[in-house]
Amino acid sequence: MNRRRACCLKWIVPAAAIALIGMAEARPAEASLGGDVGSIQADQVKLQGTRQTTPKAAYTVHEIQAASGTVVREYLAADGKVFAVTFRGPFLPDMRQILGNYFEQYSTARQAQVAQNPNARRARRPVVVDEPGLNVQIGGHPRSFGGRAYVPGMLPAGVQLEEIQ
Amino acid sequence: MKAMRVFFLSVMGLSCAFALGCGGGSSSSANSSTPPPNTITTTGTNVAAIAVNGGPLGNYSDAAFISVTVCTPGTTTCQTVPNILVDTGSSGLRIISSLLTVSLPQQKASDGNPVAECLQFLGSYTWGPVQTADVQISGEKASSVPIQVLSDNTAGFATPTSCSDPSGTLESSADTVALLGAYGILGVGTYAQDCGIATAPVCQASYNVYYECPSTGCIPTNQQLAQQVTNPVALFATDNNGVIVELPSVAAGGQASATGSLVFGIGTQSNNALGSATVYSIDYTTGNFSTTFNSATDESFLDTGSNGYYFQDNSLAQCTDAQGFYCPTTPVNLTATNQGTAYQGTPTGSGTVNFTIGNADTLFSAGNALSELGGTVVTDGSSPANYFDWGLPFFFGRNVYVAIQGATAPGGTTPYWAY
Repeated sequence: MNRRRACCLKWIVPAAAIALIGMAEARPAEASLGGDVGSIQADQVKLQGTRQTTPKAAYTVHEIQAASGTVVREYLAADGKVFAVTFRGPFLPDMRQILGNYFEQYSTARQAQVAQNPNARRARRPVVVDEPGLNVQIGGHPRSFGGRAYVPGMLPAGVQLEEIQ
Repeated sequence: MKAMRVFFLSVMGLSCAFALGCGGGSSSSANSSTPPPNTITTTGTNVAAIAVNGGPLGNYSDAAFISVTVCTPGTTTCQTVPNILVDTGSSGLRIISSLLTVSLPQQKASDGNPVAECLQFLGSYTWGPVQTADVQISGEKASSVPIQVLSDNTAGFATPTSCSDPSGTLESSADTVALLGAYGILGVGTYAQDCGIATAPVCQASYNVYYECPSTGCIPTNQQLAQQVTNPVALFATDNNGVIVELPSVAAGGQASATGSLVFGIGTQSNNALGSATVYSIDYTTGNFSTTFNSATDESFLDTGSNGYYFQDNSLAQCTDAQGFYCPTTPVNLTATNQGTAYQGTPTGSGTVNFTIGNADTLFSAGNALSELGGTVVTDGSSPANYFDWGLPFFFGRNVYVAIQGATAPGGTTPYWAY
């Protein structure tokens, strides 16, 4: 009946909500979106969070519970690359950290949007960056933000966007 | 008239049982459910005028502005700042630094370092030192209110990357009139402070919200509840349990401007009774309730600081000019259902909302008070970014009550919205 409501309790009480196989690799790395499993570890350190992983058919979900209460999920494909990142919680994660090498493209697109609309009428509204090689969406308000970033060309075959929550 | 409305709603309910897309979608009989006009309170020491007039730039559509007086604490040295955005989606007063002429003391951490704040909004952030002011609006006064003074990279307060990076770029700060479209923000949302709550009072350093700023640069710090930037309403001597946003209906195709009132207190005076408004409980951990539209239920909120209805409807044409807004060739009537939520306890409140989305490209040329302005939130189906954002257009023709978390107010447990 109320799927987002059920979803949100899960964000708040993640440990009780899903069956998980907990593990923690300790590999350093550089990036996140487009990066490898080591980049997820770097994100976990940056977010001061705890991490749990859930294997699926075509990918593995790495869920980081940040110290801020925000939950970040990174979707790792079988080829070892992160193809999507989502978050939900009271504070935005560091977008430079979770977007990794895609941050500059995101940043450039955001600046272009601001430049295109020098008047303020678009300033305080949801963020949508929709480019051939990158899709970033952010919604919410202070104390409740949600977002998703993915690289369309990296989605594993058969994976539906609706799975990327 | 009332009987007609009840009958209409009953028919809607019946047809819903047999129709796909129940709880949302097009309606062909919008006129029969038009609510009676709301009464706008204009007199009282707890009433301040608000205007949807484009603001200082003249083109900030669907934003409500108010004048706020700030004073050096404990003195009669005051300054009235106009063009402050009224925002039910945040809490606390923020004013652009260059517009302040009155001297305000800098808040200091226990080690003597000045304190600054980074607050993330949607698509932008505000940065700047926390200072203390006595705040007056209409006849209401609050003493020693921590406020945020918005300023990029002023001496001693260089913006840390942990503040600028989450939103994307330094250019996405909202610390100038050109970028903010206002002289400041008056956050009169459902929280007393802008970070903590009574059950989790400390704003932790790890949140990257509060910073202390030694000469070597600003670093995140813990901030106690009483020192956090605070919704001035919560510190008023009276009428401090919330506000009522009262805006009139506007012409369907938009009009140049509209004026209304921000009324302080709920059920505290003869002019702010809850009356027959329906109370919708709010999950205090998120500040949201929920909305069902086109069979999907999402978290949602009532936000004067969003300048449109922002929601996902792939059947609506998008604009070619005003990118991200909806541009149907003729206005489309829609229906959604709001439900109260609660983190703990029993949620209360449920009701349908009829609303209309017009052509944004056309609306923007009609003026700044636009009741049919809507835009998209995501580019595809179900997403964690998908909220139903009831922005300022929702408030036209309604008196909307915003009760502050932890306060005592008639009608139910706070926080809540009622309308």
